Order: sequence, then structure tokens, then C-alpha cells
Amino acid sequence: MDIKEIIKPENLVYKKTELMTDAPLSYCPGCGHGTAHRITMEVVEEMGIWEDTIGVAPVGCSVLAYDFMNIDMTQAAHGRAPAVATGIKRVWPEKYVFTYQGDGDLAAIGGNETLHACNRGENIVIIFINNGIYGMTGGQMAPTTLPGMKSSTSPYGRVIETMGHPLKMTELIAQLPGTYFVTRQAVHTAAAVRKTKKAIRKAFEIQKEKKGLAFIEIVSNCNSGWKMNPVDANNWMVDNMFPYFPLGDIKVDGELVK
Amino acid sequence: MGEVKLMKGNEAIAEAAIRAGADAYFGYPITPQSEVIEYLMVERPEDRTGMVVLQAESEIAAINMVYGAAGAGKKVMTSSSSPGVSLKQEGISYIAGAELPCVIVNVVRGGPGLGTIQPSQADYFQSTKGGGHGDYKLLVLAPASVQEMADFVDQAFDLAFKYRNPVLILSDGVIGQMMEKVVMPEQKPRLTNDEIIERYSDWATVGKKKSRERNIITSLELDPYRQEAHNLKLQEKYKKMEENEVRYEMINCEDADYIIVAYGSSARIAQKTMDQARAKGLKVGIFRLITLFPFPKNEINKLADRVKGFLAVEMSAGQMIEDVRLAVNGKVPAEHYGRYGGVIHSPEEVLAALEQKIIGG
Ligand SMILES: Cc1ncc(C[n+]2csc(CCOP(=O)(O)OP(=O)(O)O)c2C)c(N)n1
Ligand code: SF4
Ligand SMILES: [Mg+2]
Repeated sequence: MDIKEIIKPENLVYKKTELMTDAPLSYCPGCGHGTAHRITMEVVEEMGIWEDTIGVAPVGCSVLAYDFMNIDMTQAAHGRAPAVATGIKRVWPEKYVFTYQGDGDLAAIGGNETLHACNRGENIVIIFINNGIYGMTGGQMAPTTLPGMKSSTSPYGRVIETMGHPLKMTELIAQLPGTYFVTRQAVHTAAAVRKTKKAIRKAFEIQKEKKGLAFIEIVSNCNSGWKMNPVDANNWMVDNMFPYFPLGDIKVDGELVK
Repeated sequence: MGEVKLMKGNEAIAEAAIRAGADAYFGYPITPQSEVIEYLMVERPEDRTGMVVLQAESEIAAINMVYGAAGAGKKVMTSSSSPGVSLKQEGISYIAGAELPCVIVNVVRGGPGLGTIQPSQADYFQSTKGGGHGDYKLLVLAPASVQEMADFVDQAFDLAFKYRNPVLILSDGVIGQMMEKVVMPEQKPRLTNDEIIERYSDWATVGKKKSRERNIITSLELDPYRQEAHNLKLQEKYKKMEENEVRYEMINCEDADYIIVAYGSSARIAQKTMDQARAKGLKVGIFRLITLFPFPKNEINKLADRVKGFLAVEMSAGQMIEDVRLAVNGKVPAEHYGRYGGVIHSPEEVLAALEQKIIGG
């Protein structure tokens, strides 16, 4: 096939969802944020709910999520996305509302908002990108930074005695009766992307059925913050992040499975 | 005429919010304003009008719930008292930056810090000069009676939507806690979802129809020139408020030699001082501020041409006095008097201060 043949419409095998804008992604090459955005928007498109979906962007690398997601969106103050989403959902209970947050946003500054939105069982979806670091501000230590892991504010590695343990926010909120579906996924391989997309679909279906809060952690990379190339970052993630943050469902249909 | 009730100021605010057709209230308890959320929880407005009431986990969460719901085109209110309002400041700055309408009530208590639960007017700077980070203004209404607590809620919502700007009702522990007769406004219907979509689809996150561009509620602008342009637009808006929304009341100012400038409960106390002064033959009038921002600077400046002096009376170490002095611009003496830290000045103390600082001076 020559090039003209290949680009014929009938030979189209994959098309970017219309719910992603044409704006060039601001993410570093190899970063998981872009993939997580895309599959979220694909789910919203496939469910046919884009006219009724309102997203909440965090403060973090994905602060500009609203530049890329072609739906109505609100940009929340650092950590406050679950409260902002609560406000929207309570006055528009028939709409689909989701937050998209990093680990600093969700587990550090926004810990209280996360805990209480989960505990109230707000009928929203929370997508939590855990890359073990503050990507946006230049690679400072996050609540999820691993023991011994270097960051610009733990330059000699995270010291547990003085800096505390990495926080397993997902396991924590899974204990709350308000959460209905809690899972930890990744987007570093095609298979993982498919699984994560399925989980996101399930989360939005739960919201549709008004069953409670669905929480999806995506363990992701930050090649810039980790100071690695994208391939090394993914390998390092598999070797180091996954043992501490094991993938899989934690709570299904309101029941702990792990 | 509407229903006549005997109510606390805090209860009047809550009832008025239901009657204004508010869609939601988000708050966190703090003395001396907890009656607002308590009243709403007892009243069950979800049954009366469909209004949502939610006790948030903190003032921070409450103001961010307001941000989310206001950004989605709904009529939303929160209330608190001084320490809680301090916590809300980041959220208020975001709301002002993103140009969202909402009503915030501060029933002020004495500070700094945890301070006291007794009344105060020491949050004037925070209320009128921005409060949080960045160049922004709230439109600030100062009720001086339980009736005004009720009446200002609906007005505040109208102003909030007119300018797409947060409106602050700055009350204090006296007005919040005291009981007075109040004529309640008639119940206004809440807007339907269809009406909201029709009215606010050009900016609110009500769900993106294929036919329009997406709506984004944000205060972020990475390009400094565009951020400056946004700031200029905000400043234009504040100027319009200054041109159109200045509200005040002049009591016995026609023949007055001396003017007491005050707002809220200090203005009530000043009435008694005025009576006492007039009984002694001193021609005293009251300039009662109703809007603290916009501040009636032109009116006070004009008044300064024909009176001998001003006494700014406020329950603070001297905050409003700065605006009074700027308005008077040195034409005649303008001094401050007030007890603070939760102490309320008596009419006699105010009169003594007037005689000593203005008339005698
Ligand atoms: C109140 C407040 N404090 C601090 C910051 C600075 N800040 C911006 S993003 C960020 C960390 C974001 O990290 P994370 O949530 O993990 O997102 P990532 O960039 O890694 O995706 C911080 C500390 C801010 N914007 N606001
Ligand atoms: S800094 Fe890290 S999280 Fe941010 S875009 Fe780059 S790789 Fe992604
Ligand atoms: Mg991070």
C-alpha cells in the first residue's frame, strides 16, 4: 500500500476521540497523564454522556486538563477537587461529575476533602494519578514518594523516621462505607491501558446507577521528576512502585476484595 | 406585606436564603453564626423548595463546594465567622478570579486568632481590601438590623449575578444574635434547570452541548499579558460597582456640624449617641454605610465641605477610618473611636469620644 492508500477513510483503524481537543498535550513525552486523559474521554464518549459530564481539574501537571478534554470543566484549587465536585454534583445530581487529581493534590493538601467526599459516598468518580512525586513544581517529595526515593526535597532519599511513610490513600478510603468501587491500575502497557479503561467505564456506570463513589488510582510515571528516560521510568515503576502500590481491585460492589 | 416574624439575625439570613430561591447552602459551624446552618437543617428546605443544605468538613471545603456549584450556574451561599472566613480566603480569591456569583456571610467575632465569640468589626480590611491573594474586590453589604439581614440576601444574589462576583454580607455577633421583628420577603421560585441552562450556558459548566464551545471555570492564565488583561477587566468591573452600587443612609445630616460614620451595630449605637448629643444642643448626624465596597467616598467628600468633623465609629482598632480619611482628604478632622476584641462601645463612650476628639479638638 502506498501512503495515499493508507490514509483512505475506509482504512482507518483508530481515531482520536472527539472529546480530546487538538491542543498539543503539555505533558512530557512518555508521561502517563495523556493516556489517562484519553481513556477517560473515550469512556465518556462511548457512554454517550459528554453533554452531561462535568470534569474537575486539579492543581498539578494536569491543571490544564480542561485544555485537552472537550467537555465543560472546572479548575479547582490545590487539593479541593472533591469538594468542588461535591458542590457540582449536589446541585446537578443527574450530571456525571469526575475529578482528575495527582498524588500531591489528592493525598497531601487535599487529604481531608478526599476522605470526606469518600466518606459521604458522593456519587462521583475520582481518578487519582499517583506518580510518587510533585511533577508540576519540579519533582518535590509527595506523600506517595517511596522510602529511600530521591526528590528535590528528599535529595538523599526519603527518610521514613523524619518524613513518614508513603501514604496508601487508596487502601485508606477503601475502608470507608461510602466508597463503592476502589481499584488501582496503570497505563504503561497496552494491556494495562485496556484494563484501566474498563475500570473507568465501570466507575462511570456506577455513577449512572447512583451506587456511590468510584475511585481509580492509576500508578503512573514521572520521567522528568524521576530524572529517567520514559522506558527506564516505566521499568522503574514496575520494579519499585508496583510492589508498594500493588495493582488490582481493592473494593468491588461495596465489598473489600483485598 | 410578607409574613412578620420575631427572629435572630442569623435565622433571618437562613430563611431569606430559602425565600430568595437559593439552590444550595454549604457551611461549617462556628459561633456566633451556627444558627444559620442549624435553622436550615431544621427547616428542611429540600422539602420546601428543593434547596440543598450540606454541612461540609471545613470552611475550606464549604467555599470550594460553593465554587463548584456557582460555576455550574446555581445560586449558592455560605456563611461563617471570622476564623472560618479566613480559611475561606483562597477559595474566595478563586471565585473572584473565575468571576462566579455567590453570597458569603461573615458574622464577625473578635480576633486575632481564635479570639473571642463576642461581636467585632475587625474584619473590615479583610472584607473590603480583597482578603485573599491577588487584586480583587468583593461587593460588601453591611446590615444594621435583622430586617436588613433578611432583605440583603436577595439583593446580594442579584448583585452577585449582575456582576458575576462574590458578594459579602458583613455582619457581626450583635446583628447575628439579636432578635427583632422582621417582615419576611415572599418566596421566590428557584430557577429550573432548563432556565439555568438557557440563561448561563455562555459561561457555566452545565454540560457541553455539541453546538457550543466548552465552558471552563478557571482563574489560571499562564501568559502574564493575558492575566493582566483579565485583571484590567476585573478592575473595570469594580469601577462599575463604584459608579452604580454605592449605598448609604444619612440620618440628620442636613443641619449637622459633626458626622459619625459607622456601619452595622456601631451605626445602631451611634443613633443613641446622636440623640444624646442633640439633647445637649450638638448638631450630630450619622452617615451609615450600607456598602463598604464600593465605599461612598464622593458623598463623604462632599459632606466634608459643610461639616466640622467626622468620627469613624467601629468595633476595631481603626480600619474603616482609613477610608473615611481618604474620602475627607484633610478638609476637616476625621478621627477614630471604637472598643474592640469583643467589647462593644456604649453610646456614652462614643459621645465622650466625639466631644473630646472632634468637637473639643
Ligand atoms: C495552595 C497551593 N500550594 C502549593 C501549590 C504549588 N503546587 C502546584 S502543583 C503542586 C504539586 C502537584 O503534585 P501532584 O498533585 O502530585 O501532581 P503532578 O504534577 O505530579 O501530576 C504544588 C505543590 C499551589 N499551586 N497551591
Ligand atoms: S513532570 Fe512528570 S507528571 Fe508532569 S508531565 Fe512531566 S512526566 Fe508527566
Ligand atoms: Mg504527582
